[in-house]
Amino acid sequence: MARIAGVDLPKNKRIDVALTYIYGIGWTRSKFILSHTGVDPSKRVHELTDEEVAKIRKFIDENYKVEGALRAEVANNIKRLIDIKCWRGLRHKAGMPVRGQRTRDNARTRKGPRPRIGGRKKKGG
Amino acid sequence: MARSLKKGPYVDTKLLLKIEKLNERGEKKVIKTWARDCTIIPEFVGHTIAVHNGNKFIPVYITENMIGHKLGEFAPTTIFRGHGGKKAKQVIRKK
Repeated sequence: MARIAGVDLPKNKRIDVALTYIYGIGWTRSKFILSHTGVDPSKRVHELTDEEVAKIRKFIDENYKVEGALRAEVANNIKRLIDIKCWRGLRHKAGMPVRGQRTRDNARTRKGPRPRIGGRKKKGG
Repeated sequence: MARSLKKGPYVDTKLLLKIEKLNERGEKKVIKTWARDCTIIPEFVGHTIAVHNGNKFIPVYITENMIGHKLGEFAPTTIFRGHGGKKAKQVIRKK
C-alpha cells in the first residue's frame, strides 16, 4: 500500500490515475510528476517499488501544496472575502453563485435542491 | 479579462486628490463618492469612504485586506429580503 501526502492510492489502479485521488493533483499534474520522476505511468500502484514511491512523494512534497494545506488555503481565501464583507464574500455566505451568473433559473450547484412548496410532494415527505 | 499592467490600477483622480490632501494634514474625514469602480490602493487604508449604492451612501472603513478590490464591492446595490410567504411579508412591512 502506497501512502502519499498522508492518504490515498487505490492498489489496483494505474499510477497516473491513482495520483489524481490526491486533492490538488489532477490529470495534468499527475502526468507531469510521472514524467519528471521517470516512473512508468502504466504501472499499477501495487507494482511500484518503494524507491519509486519515495521519489514521487518527494517530488510532490517539494513542489505542490496538496490535501490539508491546499484545503486550508482555499478556505482561508474564502474566509478573507467574508471577513471584509465584499460582494463575493456576501455571495459565499449566502450560498449563491459568486461570479455574476444568473440566478433566475439554474444555479442549482450553489443553491442546492429546489425547495418544494405546495404541489406534489414525494411520498413520506 | 484583467486590466493591462502597463496602465496600473484604475483610481478615481478626484477621490485620490481628496485623500492625499487628508493624508497630508493627517486628517480623517468621511468622503462621499460615486466612484464605485475605483480600485482601493494602500493610500486609502484607515479612511472611511461613503460609497454610493444608487440610493444612499454606505460608509466603508478601509482595511489592508481590502486593497485591490473596488469600492463598489463593499456597497451592495440590492437587498435580499427573502421570497414569498408570511415571514417575508412581515419583513417588508417592518421597513
